[in-house]
Amino acid sequence: MSLLHFAIISPLILAIFIPMLHKYFHKIHTGWFLLPLPALLFFYFMSYFPETAHGESITETLPWIPSLGIDFAARIDGLGLLFALLITGIGALVVLYSIFYLSKEKEKLNQFYVYLLLFMGAMLGVVLSDNLIVLYSFWELTSFSSFLLIGYWNHRERSRYGAQKSMLITVFGGLSMLGGILLLYLMTGTFSISEIIGMAGEITGHQFFIPALICFLLGAFTKSAQFPFHIWLPDAMEAPTPVSAYLHSATMVKAGIYLVARLTPVFAVSGLWVWLVAGIGILTLFWGSFSAVKHNDLKGILAYSTISQLGMIMSMLGVGGIALHYGNVEDGFYTVAITAAVFHLINHATFKGSLFMVVGIVDHETGTRDIRKLGGLMTLMPITFTLAAIGAFSMAGLPPFNGFLSKEMFFTGMLRAREIGLFNFETLGFLFPIVAWVASVFTFLYSMILVFKTFTGKYQPEKLEKKPHEAPVGMLIPPVILVSLVVIIGLFPNIIETLIESVMGAILPSLLAEGHEFHVHISHWHGFDSPELWMTAGVIIAGILLYRNLPRWSGIYNRMPERFSLNRFYDTGLEKTQLGAMRFTGLYMNGFIRTYLVYIFTFMIFILGTTMVYKNAFKLDTSNVANIHYFEVVLAAIIAISSITILFSKSRLTSIILLGAVGYTVSLFFVIFRAPDLALTQLVIETVSVALFLLCFYHLPKLGKNEERMGFKLGNLLVSIGVGAIVTLIALSAHSNKEFDSISEYYVENTYKKAGGENMVNVILVDFRGFDTLFEIAVLGIAALGIFAMIKLRMTRGKEQG
Amino acid sequence: MEILMAFLIGILFMSATYLMLSKSLLRIIVGTGLLSHGAHLLILTMGGLKRGAAPLLGQHAEAYADPLPQALILTAIVISFGVTAFFLVLAYRAYQELGTDNMDRMRGKEGNE
Repeated sequence: MSLLHFAIISPLILAIFIPMLHKYFHKIHTGWFLLPLPALLFFYFMSYFPETAHGESITETLPWIPSLGIDFAARIDGLGLLFALLITGIGALVVLYSIFYLSKEKEKLNQFYVYLLLFMGAMLGVVLSDNLIVLYSFWELTSFSSFLLIGYWNHRERSRYGAQKSMLITVFGGLSMLGGILLLYLMTGTFSISEIIGMAGEITGHQFFIPALICFLLGAFTKSAQFPFHIWLPDAMEAPTPVSAYLHSATMVKAGIYLVARLTPVFAVSGLWVWLVAGIGILTLFWGSFSAVKHNDLKGILAYSTISQLGMIMSMLGVGGIALHYGNVEDGFYTVAITAAVFHLINHATFKGSLFMVVGIVDHETGTRDIRKLGGLMTLMPITFTLAAIGAFSMAGLPPFNGFLSKEMFFTGMLRAREIGLFNFETLGFLFPIVAWVASVFTFLYSMILVFKTFTGKYQPEKLEKKPHEAPVGMLIPPVILVSLVVIIGLFPNIIETLIESVMGAILPSLLAEGHEFHVHISHWHGFDSPELWMTAGVIIAGILLYRNLPRWSGIYNRMPERFSLNRFYDTGLEKTQLGAMRFTGLYMNGFIRTYLVYIFTFMIFILGTTMVYKNAFKLDTSNVANIHYFEVVLAAIIAISSITILFSKSRLTSIILLGAVGYTVSLFFVIFRAPDLALTQLVIETVSVALFLLCFYHLPKLGKNEERMGFKLGNLLVSIGVGAIVTLIALSAHSNKEFDSISEYYVENTYKKAGGENMVNVILVDFRGFDTLFEIAVLGIAALGIFAMIKLRMTRGKEQG
Repeated sequence: MEILMAFLIGILFMSATYLMLSKSLLRIIVGTGLLSHGAHLLILTMGGLKRGAAPLLGQHAEAYADPLPQALILTAIVISFGVTAFFLVLAYRAYQELGTDNMDRMRGKEGNE
């Protein structure tokens, strides 16, 4: 195990010790024990930067199940490193924030931090695994730990609902991703991502290529809350705010982005991939930003804004994937979308993380997150206001913050989508910049709502549960750090150029010749003749106009019928599925033994009958039959008549006596077919059985009075005739198809010679095949003990009836 | 003879099935009794019904009846007797506790299934 492996699973190891630390050091907030780990990991991963910056990658392999080709292969390249830095960096800040956010006395801190560590380890595993099966395992672990964290306040009904919803949706995606992994394995014969990328060109035409592509996209879209799977994310806001900040804005929801970026070299050669990723992404961008405006809950707004920003990154990855078709990357004409995606990925993590923390502070200090109750907090919470304003302006794409830069690049990428001559982009590509622009207007709008409805306007102290004041320093440090990043990256974007270049090298490896690197230069100023500038200006103007007139047009949100919302669809779908399954089960599992017997017999008739037809097994061979004597016919007639008469007998006594008649006639058959031992046994046992039947009959006195004939049922009759017919047919067919003689010659010859007996049947029973007899004795013993126990043990005695 | 027996066994199976599909527990047990008779006769028939002496060496006959199916049937008779006896006492106890031998009324209710 290398240090890298240890780094990945170190959160999981620490998780084991957290409950202990919580128990023995209960005076110290448990979060302090956690804090050093992500910080340390952050600097550890930073140490890989010099190597990955030049497009190199480090792989460490630990055998797990070598016979199946599953190794815990940890691989660090530009893309993995970026995510690892995000996870550990924001992880450290979130832990620090949670120390001040969660109360030591009121909350179950040990559980919280164990779940959080599980999540952190799982997420590191997802982004640093080179083996797809290992990646899948960690992927599901993120789903589970996210489930636990959303349901952290499990006494709340909404928390449990949200946790279940996110679980169902993300695990659905995870399972389809597993399907994609297996299809990829069938095509390439390996689980290693780097080897699969090497084979990318060979599998494009394979019949499994498209199914695998769709399976992977389902996994990525559900995890990253893309339309129409985004519905779980707003409900996941029931989690504590540090969790929302960490999982549902900065890390877990980017796992799908990571997956798409990681598999771009494999799948982006296909037009379907490009269209799905770009199209669903831009649709999500629009829908998320449009829906965010109508919410009154701060976290609701942020949830929809996360959805829309993820859609934006996704669409850029889709459009950028086209670059794989063009060899020339020197001018960065087609790769600009990928650059923008990576850049915005970083930016989004910084400003969205800080915004969630700000909302958490507001919630913590006022007791509500409803913007209708909030207002006028600017003077009371000046630092929080500053943080919120910078974060929101960056999200809206205003200069000089980093969101402005990535939004400009986003417009550039979308404008160039028109000029792509592939996959029908020349006809429909013009939609991309238009939708992107409209979505940006809404983004601007909800960003303004977020800041101004909370911090400006009228202060309403009567609606607040607490008297608001500035948050403690510890809670402010993490958002301050994130916001300073927003500003620093905004002002000096080129300090992270090397990072972006290395990530691009990992996403589009085939475009680089040996020893070459991408060259990224992000500039603030494109000149007056650049369309992006005017688009941004248009966004600001339209946004301000819409914000001013918000009360006049916000009625359109109420026009949309609740019935057609995706949440309603999910809820009724879930309900209907449960109800349908229950009804379906109730339909055939009706509790009547008779019905189940009918199923069993019908299947038996059907399967045996079709087999016989299929195998053409009907055959009647009369060459090997014994002669018929008249007394045999008489005996057969007795059995046939009495067994049929049982069916018509009214009294149970008659049927028991007729059963006895059948039994004694069978023993007569044993006599004429030369089976003396059988005849003896049959006589005795039939006698005892009939006695038992009569005993049973005698003890059912009340039933004796209202005896009735068995009701006639045509269905039952048909089934029974079918069973009888099929048995007869099989008996005839088996008799007519004898393949070889009996082995009984051996017994006849050796009964005396080897076993020293003259009665062959008895010698077989106790000598040649004595084992059968031993266990037959065991059966009788068990039956006897069982009967004794049944009669003697009366557990219900003394309890009341019913 | 084997053909006649095959039809006889078919009739036994048919009656047994019809009885087992009835509502009364006692009739179901009668049905299983008929079913085991049918099965025993089936084993005997499939072993061949050609004439021969009883499988006792003292007979000094040319040919003997096949002893192996007889041994199998003997085992089967004893086992089915054990099961039938158990089943009968179960029915008796069920009647004592539940006061019915109607299978439909013995159906599990919602909630205690």
